[in-house]
Amino acid sequence: MNFSADISLALPEVILAISALTLLVFGAFAPRQTNALMVASMAALAAAGYAAAVGPMGRGFAGGMIADNASAFAQVAIYAASALAIPLGMKWFERRDVRNFEFPILILLAALGMGMMVSAGDLISLYMGVELQSLALYVLAAMHRDNAKASEAGLKYFVLGALSSGLLLYGASLIYGFAGSTKFVDIAAAVHGAANTGVIFGLVFLICGLAFKVSAAPFHMWTPDVYEGAPTPVVAFFAAAPKLAAMVLFARVLTEGFGDVIWQWRQILVCISLFSIAVGAFGGLAQQNLKRLWAYSSIANVGYAVLGLASGTAEGVQAMLVFMVLYMVDVTGFFACLTALSRDGKPMETVADMAGLFKTRPAIALAMTAFSLSALGLPPFSGFWAKFYVFKAAIAVSDPVIQGAAIAGLVGSVVAAFYYLRLIKVMWFDNAEGGTDPIPGEARAIAIGAALFSFPVVLAALVYIDPLAKAAALALGQ
Amino acid sequence: MALQAIAFYLMAAVTIASAFGVVSARNPVHSVLFLILAFFSAAGLFVLLGAEFLAMLLVVVYVGAVAVLFLFVVMMLDVDFAALRQGFAQYMPLGGLVAGILAVEMIVVSSTVATNGAASANDAPAVATDISNAEAIGRVLYTDYIYFFQAAGLVLLVAMIGAIVLTLRHKPGVRRQNISDQVARGPKTGMRIVQIKPGEGISE
Repeated sequence: MNFSADISLALPEVILAISALTLLVFGAFAPRQTNALMVASMAALAAAGYAAAVGPMGRGFAGGMIADNASAFAQVAIYAASALAIPLGMKWFERRDVRNFEFPILILLAALGMGMMVSAGDLISLYMGVELQSLALYVLAAMHRDNAKASEAGLKYFVLGALSSGLLLYGASLIYGFAGSTKFVDIAAAVHGAANTGVIFGLVFLICGLAFKVSAAPFHMWTPDVYEGAPTPVVAFFAAAPKLAAMVLFARVLTEGFGDVIWQWRQILVCISLFSIAVGAFGGLAQQNLKRLWAYSSIANVGYAVLGLASGTAEGVQAMLVFMVLYMVDVTGFFACLTALSRDGKPMETVADMAGLFKTRPAIALAMTAFSLSALGLPPFSGFWAKFYVFKAAIAVSDPVIQGAAIAGLVGSVVAAFYYLRLIKVMWFDNAEGGTDPIPGEARAIAIGAALFSFPVVLAALVYIDPLAKAAALALGQ
Repeated sequence: MALQAIAFYLMAAVTIASAFGVVSARNPVHSVLFLILAFFSAAGLFVLLGAEFLAMLLVVVYVGAVAVLFLFVVMMLDVDFAALRQGFAQYMPLGGLVAGILAVEMIVVSSTVATNGAASANDAPAVATDISNAEAIGRVLYTDYIYFFQAAGLVLLVAMIGAIVLTLRHKPGVRRQNISDQVARGPKTGMRIVQIKPGEGISE
């Protein structure tokens, strides 16, 4: 493979890197041109998404990166979610008079890191992608620096993220030492047949490090605090795209590198999944702050995605991909609603603040109801189809452990139903405490668009998402 | 080779002793100096392993840049390290337990390697002995590893942007240099002629 062919494989990444550098220089000289920066960075993401969708497939840079159906599928979803986060965040910061032209640039660099994660073919590119993505997210979380809670969130995220990077690197170094290579294909050849204890030891550390990044229990401790403290539009961004990127990376490492030792990692994933579902369901019951509540909800939802992955079949990976994409729409929409709502200049963030919202802001209340019902998994909303895919894949595996885990997952979603239904009850039937400030246009558009997606657009969209996710899952299995 | 063995044990002993000095020295400046000694002897160990490029990198980057930076920070910050170390005796048993468990786990892993061997069929590729370390790294760094190399550059760029975003403040009232204004300043803009009547003084 020659260099120009390698570059054409990595075209989405190259587009993002060059536009981030150009916009950084532009922003340094003209920091007030926020609208131009916003449009240009969204255009860069759109171009990268298009390049990923139609670009050539193959392995480049001596196996360091892989462009296949799975990376294309994930990259398009990630770049779309990142593009939505840019206007949401920039307008939010402008309303608070925080002028940070770096916001869209950091989003671009984070998206670049996520693109590298989903196309990683080597432990080094895995780590580089993870680090690029998380470093940008730490800065974004602390960007509202006059707010003590945002600074705390950024610091907490940074310290715990550094710890998880340490775990990840330790695992990667063990795997390299025992398997003799950092490439996934060579690792697969080394673990073929007889799995060495040292490799498995490294694999466990690698799984722990990745579980930190997707905030699966028992590595979820940072999630509620960071979600509560970080600026709401930033939470809308990092509750969605980075989770998908880390899950795809998870799937790629496990199926390409360790496909032969599935009986070793399946039990770990089942434990992580069940623990996440339980923590998410029970931890959310006592929460009054909606951002913390959705942090627990996201822990539970990651649990379902991991359950899909734990089944180890192509159907399981497909279920995970469909689940994550549908969940991303829900969570972005919900946090867009929270971005929009404020009363007398103060953000409305607690369950009690939402009292009587249906009477004052019926459109936003309807959208939030749709997201809650969807996260609960009620048909015909998108969350139901997502869970349907996961449970169908889990039941199809003839392993009583996976099937039992699926039943436990169903019980978990019944427990979690309490807090979603409580929110809906407060919005619809309690008395309003007062009006809300005017709803900004971009947040309303994203919220209503996402609500329409969760029902009824999802029924039509699944016709397209299903075969694409299936092709992506088959590509990961090779 | 007896000479190599002597060199190894000497440098290993110095590394461990100075590492202990880093955590036990009362004066933080002494800690940093011990750290430099630890880096230096670790570099010596790398030379013994035949990784001379890594050894030079350790000296240039860690001793030359990172440790000096540490020294600056330690001297400039007013951190009371004695107060930080007060809980030492209290946390010692728990810390010792964790360290013990980690040591046992590492011994178990390395003994499996000793008995079963590393990855059965896939040994690390043999090192070509006719080229030096630096040459070997130079051959792959901009060819096979260009993707990782560029990504590492972007990671550093994000760190730089982050540091600026989170710390740079444009405070009002700070007198900054404005070269063109300062150079263009002449008698007309810099002086004001005031006529003072005798016996009245001047009021601003």
